[in-house]
Amino acid sequence: MKQVVAVIKPHKLDDVKDALKEAGIQGMTVVDAKGFGRQRGQTEVYRGAEYEIEFIPKIRIELVVAESQLDAAVEAIRSAAQTGKIGDGKIFVIPVERALRIRTGEEGEDAL
Amino acid sequence: MEISGADTAFVLICAALVLFMTPGLAFFYGGMVRQRNVLAMLMQNFFTISIVTTLWVLVGFSLAFGPDNGGFIGGLDFMGLKGIGQGITENWANMWAEGNVTMTVPELAFMVFQLMFAIITPALMTGAFAERLKFKAYALIAVLWSILVYAPVAHWVWSPNGWLFKLGALDFAGGTVVHINAGIGALVIALMVGKRKGWPESPEMRPHNLPLTLLGTGILWFGWFGFNAGSALGANGLAVQAFVNTHIAAAVGALGWVVIEWIKDKHPTTLGAASGAVAGLVAITPAAGFVPEWASMVIGLLAGIVCFLFVSVKFKAGYDDSLDVVAVHLVGGILGALLTGVFAVKGVNALGSGLIDGNAAQLGKQALAVGATLLYSGVVTAIIAIVVKAVVGLRVDEETEDVGMDLAEHSERAYVLD
Repeated sequence: MKQVVAVIKPHKLDDVKDALKEAGIQGMTVVDAKGFGRQRGQTEVYRGAEYEIEFIPKIRIELVVAESQLDAAVEAIRSAAQTGKIGDGKIFVIPVERALRIRTGEEGEDAL
Repeated sequence: MEISGADTAFVLICAALVLFMTPGLAFFYGGMVRQRNVLAMLMQNFFTISIVTTLWVLVGFSLAFGPDNGGFIGGLDFMGLKGIGQGITENWANMWAEGNVTMTVPELAFMVFQLMFAIITPALMTGAFAERLKFKAYALIAVLWSILVYAPVAHWVWSPNGWLFKLGALDFAGGTVVHINAGIGALVIALMVGKRKGWPESPEMRPHNLPLTLLGTGILWFGWFGFNAGSALGANGLAVQAFVNTHIAAAVGALGWVVIEWIKDKHPTTLGAASGAVAGLVAITPAAGFVPEWASMVIGLLAGIVCFLFVSVKFKAGYDDSLDVVAVHLVGGILGALLTGVFAVKGVNALGSGLIDGNAAQLGKQALAVGATLLYSGVVTAIIAIVVKAVVGLRVDEETEDVGMDLAEHSERAYVLD
């Protein structure tokens, strides 16, 4: 099992969700996030005064998938979240030791 | 004396409109502060209604419009509104007749209309020292300032016996009494309380809710019709003139600000449109009942441009006027007061004639009124701030500034979304 963590542009969330569903992914968790990378922040102007806003709004998606689904999930996120402009985000894949469904106690890939 | 039903109805409606400006101002300012200080901003404005109403009834109205003492301040004869009633007494009518003013509304109507001006004036100052002045300190400042600064200056300019009224300084609806008076007071307090932690470099200082600011601007604009047209004190042609001039200056003020910021900073902004409208409204206030419509366009345009350009001064000079009360109210007020002396024509109002009407001396009178207000309000506000600092302190502690005044001072949060 692998956890896929992706940080994407907020307006791409619906596209990414649809692409993941199409790839057969059953669930995900989404968090409103703020951050910056190579894109840096953005400049805002209020009454002529410029403010450098370093932390800009992002969406962080988290899902856990079976090895067999991993490549499809990663590709779904990448293609759906891509605009080609700086700031499209990142995808991280992390090993998962255990998964457990709280309602039934099922473990491993059965719990996903 | 004859009371006019139409005039009375008009003045009462205008009084309600002017009252509405104070919560409008609260929204205008509230949207511009950080999320954690929005309630503190609203509360300072809203609570001014209670403080000033109480004082005005007890003593403020009497000090402003009571029988004269040397042109400087009214007497205590009307304390507790004694003798101020539903009609027009001979004494009252005679006092106004000395200034060639014929009163056609009940004394109480005039009193309550004037009260609304007394409320919004100290409230205007709150934007300058926003996000760091203790509520306790503000309440005390509002009390002392209303009595020691507002009442005398209102007497000078608007009482028929006031020295600036007699001199012939023109201030239709409060350029000196309201905007310059509050603007210089605001600057003095902002200097004495010091700059906010992190100002100006922190990006945190940006406005948290500009839709609130736009809503407040709309309410201010709407209420300003009562402020300026109502200052004709009657449902008549002069009121119409002031109404039209007010609207023109607000619209063109917004236009001026947005166009210059668009050229300079590359973007037309909502905050710019809101600020320009208010700058235009401030500048037309003293002129509304004295100048022709085309002059309102010029005044509005200049206000939008000059006030925008003045905003950057605080960064160079290093004073933290949080929400630009100085650039908008002080500078806009001075501009309006001086331009009234330029553009006033007898064809609009027989009482006023300025430079373009062949009366260059009017400009000198306007400058004197501006200078006297700056000096008096500046000095007395400083004394008040020193006293308040000694008694309760001016500034919140560092932790309150970090956590936010909403929670620390008022035990509330504005946006509970969880």
